[in-house]
Amino acid sequence: MTEMVYGSMPSRVAEPVLPRWWRTIDKWTLTAILVLFGIGLLLGLAASVPLAQRNELDPYYYVQRQAAFGGMAIFVMVAISMMSPEMVRRLGVLGFGLAFMALALLPVFGTDFGKGAVRWFSFGFASVQPSEFLKPGFIIVSAWLVAASGDLNGPPGKALSFALAVTIVLFLALQPDFGQAMLVLFGWGVIYFVAGAPMLLIGTILGLTGAGGFIAYNSSEHFARRINGFLTSEVDPRSQIGYATNAIQEGGFFGVGVGEGQVKWTLPDAHTDFIIAVAAEEYGLVLVLVILALYATITVRSLYRLTRERDPFTRLAGTGLACIFGVQAMINMGVAVRLLPAKGMTLPFVSYGGSSVIAAGITVGMLLAMTRSRPQSQMSEILARGRR
Amino acid sequence: MTTRTPLRPLARILNARARGENPDAIERENLRLRHEAIRDRARGRAQLRLLFLSLCFFSAFTVIGARMGMLAATEPMEPRSASSSADITAGRAEIQDRNGHVLATNMMTHALYVQTKDLIDPAHVAHELARIFPEDMDEASLYKRFTDGRSFLWVRKVLSPEQMQQVHEIGDPGLLFGPREMRLYPNGQLAAHVLGGASFGAEGVDSAEVIGVAGIEKAMDARLRDPSQAGVPVQLSLDLTIQSAIEDVLGTGMAMMNAKGAAAVLMDVQTGEIVSLASLPAFDPNDRPNPVLPKGAEPGDSPLFNRAVQGVYELGSAFKIFAAAQAMELGLVGPETMVDANAPMVWGKFKIKEFENHNYGPLLSVSDVIAKSSNVGTAHIALMIGGERQQAFLKEMGLFDPSPVELIEAPYAKPIVPKRWPDITTITVSYGHGIAASPLSLATAYATIANGGIKVTPTLLKRTEPMEGARVMRPETAAEAVKMLRRVVTEGTASLGEVPGYNVAGKTGTAEKPNPQGGYYSDRVVNTFAAVFPADNPRYVLTVTLDEPVETTGPKPRRTAGWTAVPVAAEIIRRAAPLLGLKPQVDPVPPDGLTAVSN
Repeated sequence: MTEMVYGSMPSRVAEPVLPRWWRTIDKWTLTAILVLFGIGLLLGLAASVPLAQRNELDPYYYVQRQAAFGGMAIFVMVAISMMSPEMVRRLGVLGFGLAFMALALLPVFGTDFGKGAVRWFSFGFASVQPSEFLKPGFIIVSAWLVAASGDLNGPPGKALSFALAVTIVLFLALQPDFGQAMLVLFGWGVIYFVAGAPMLLIGTILGLTGAGGFIAYNSSEHFARRINGFLTSEVDPRSQIGYATNAIQEGGFFGVGVGEGQVKWTLPDAHTDFIIAVAAEEYGLVLVLVILALYATITVRSLYRLTRERDPFTRLAGTGLACIFGVQAMINMGVAVRLLPAKGMTLPFVSYGGSSVIAAGITVGMLLAMTRSRPQSQMSEILARGRR
Repeated sequence: MTTRTPLRPLARILNARARGENPDAIERENLRLRHEAIRDRARGRAQLRLLFLSLCFFSAFTVIGARMGMLAATEPMEPRSASSSADITAGRAEIQDRNGHVLATNMMTHALYVQTKDLIDPAHVAHELARIFPEDMDEASLYKRFTDGRSFLWVRKVLSPEQMQQVHEIGDPGLLFGPREMRLYPNGQLAAHVLGGASFGAEGVDSAEVIGVAGIEKAMDARLRDPSQAGVPVQLSLDLTIQSAIEDVLGTGMAMMNAKGAAAVLMDVQTGEIVSLASLPAFDPNDRPNPVLPKGAEPGDSPLFNRAVQGVYELGSAFKIFAAAQAMELGLVGPETMVDANAPMVWGKFKIKEFENHNYGPLLSVSDVIAKSSNVGTAHIALMIGGERQQAFLKEMGLFDPSPVELIEAPYAKPIVPKRWPDITTITVSYGHGIAASPLSLATAYATIANGGIKVTPTLLKRTEPMEGARVMRPETAAEAVKMLRRVVTEGTASLGEVPGYNVAGKTGTAEKPNPQGGYYSDRVVNTFAAVFPADNPRYVLTVTLDEPVETTGPKPRRTAGWTAVPVAAEIIRRAAPLLGLKPQVDPVPPDGLTAVSN
């Protein structure tokens, strides 16, 4: 009462921001991300030189750019990871709105850089791919809606977020960019799954997909040929996949040596979609396994930390972010080893690309914010059980 | 939630109001507790699902790692250009004869095409190509096509290796080769009408579709192109050696008898397999002639015309055996029953005469009617049977319908059957006039008699099982009919058909060709001999048909089958029977002529 009346010195009850951040952040994930970024720069030294030569630029022009963008990405990541989940949600929803408008305006103002798909806004000195920024925003909005739908008298969040997902998928299919569309759908699916999708529905969808695939395989010759062509061990060595496979084989366990690789000279996408082939060729299986372990660490560790999270929004948002991050890496590497059919998808933090790396920074920044250690009111939980 | 618990329990609200507290606090507290409970439940469920997701990700990354390891552990292979030839080799199944000899196979060759924008010196290329392919290219027109603005043009569909080398030596980068699989018939003209031929369908740079255009290549096109059976050859019933012998003899016979065409069908009577089917003149299926005929020519004049299947002729007296067999089957006559054979026979305004105005009458046994080929006798037998039963029988023998053999031409060769059937038609049809059928249909009908009366269906595909058909006549009737046919050779019109050891039986047929302007030619005939051998245990049927033959060794030209088709058929049997594995039946040598010696 005395303090209220006389306005005594306000004492800081909470910890200072930085020590609290350091104490609660998931240091393993943070380290893994920084190491990945370092590996990305290292591979960029090898993989982007041919591109720079083709464009008659300084050999390490793209490495410098990537370092600059990467610096920004790390700054953004740390900044976001310091926010509270509520703050992340507010900014995320705003960011989503902006990115969605950008996406919707693509058909009008976008450019395709001669690649046949209108995915970018060109600003002269840099270009932006809105769909990269849309993904984390979408995850936040979906998680928010789905989490709210769990409350009494809450909005019909699951239906709303699904409608949103479908809308975005339609816009992405318009570009066309089926890879990103798939990621968006996958992100929504994971959130819905963790939020408690009925087992019956999951079983039905899995069964229908399986049956549909089986029927298509047996009735459509075209489909069967595609699948058989993918399953066969024969690979046309003149295709991108053929070069990538050859590079991995050339590399063996310890690689052909730094700067000795050949695949970067032949593959046009060596610095983005097929950077793992460059890694495998120059540094061998060892580096590839390290990269795989880093992605696995980030994904699995984040998911594991989220099992203890009690707040539905934080849990769902974290799950969605971790999963789209992990799946993007998985698809990129799965394509290179021919476990998956070819899809243009970058390796987050490792592939060259400004939008890609900053968007990855935002994604993991949000993820780190969600997985910070928080008091989970475990005592009250136990007490709640007692009350029931 | 099984029971609905109110968020504003009335008792507590009233108590709170009484105490002057805000009742909303109770509702908020209740909501909070309810949310806590929901979240606890959701968290329990989410925990399991998150663990499941982690496991999925972990396994996926492990699988990728394992796959990377496997790839890294394998030796890199020399990057070879993936040849597109795998798509077109063995595209079409082979065709073989019954012993596995190749009748049609595939060969890799190349097509020549030009990318005109890559041509360095079109004038030189046009000049050189015209030199290499003098027969089908012309320098000026080639040069025009190279320079008229098109970017791509086909020059030649197939090249021999020598021609390809010569084109290589021109050395112009605009000249390009597309791999091709072409159909090759290594035996040239042999069995040309059966095989038909093939040509290119849809063409691409890397491959071209090979499609059948005639014969069995077209009739069985779907089977031959079926990718799942590409390695399995189609085995025909033909025997290449016998086919060769028959075409050889038939060609010589055609020349000797001054015929303009000839056809022969050799059929196994038990299985219906066609062991040989020949039509002369023939063509080379590797280089099919242009099917367009000069003006005024009959379709039968084209070498592409298959006389044995497409040729629908009035086959004459060869039909008489059907009347005799049917009458015996119906119990109207026996082989020795005497029938009226007084010639000429007058029926209404028609006069039925015998060959060269003979008169075999007044009475002739049925067996002699066949042996001497009496028109009048056959007419009387046919009148006993009656028109309706005659039609039913001939239809059953397959003489009213196109042959079901596996050739694309077969369904279009419909026998010519009279529309009305008054008694005069019954009479003329009984000796093979006014009705026209293909030599193959005739052979099939004879095979049915030789097969003991069980209907035979002709086939060009190799069979191992005997034919299971409907019974058309009793085996006794069939045996008697064959016996009569044997008498035709031993005592009758086909005496030149005797082949020692093979007991040939058969029936001759001579029919004047119809004149398109009406009536019949007197000097243009179709001679047929339908033979069954060996007579005591019939195994094969052979029909030989000669188109417009004339035998000129005698003082006046002879145009009867006995002088033309019969000796040719006899020579064929002499050559083919041993090849068919038939043992000649040699009369036992009398023991007194030789002395058995043993040591």
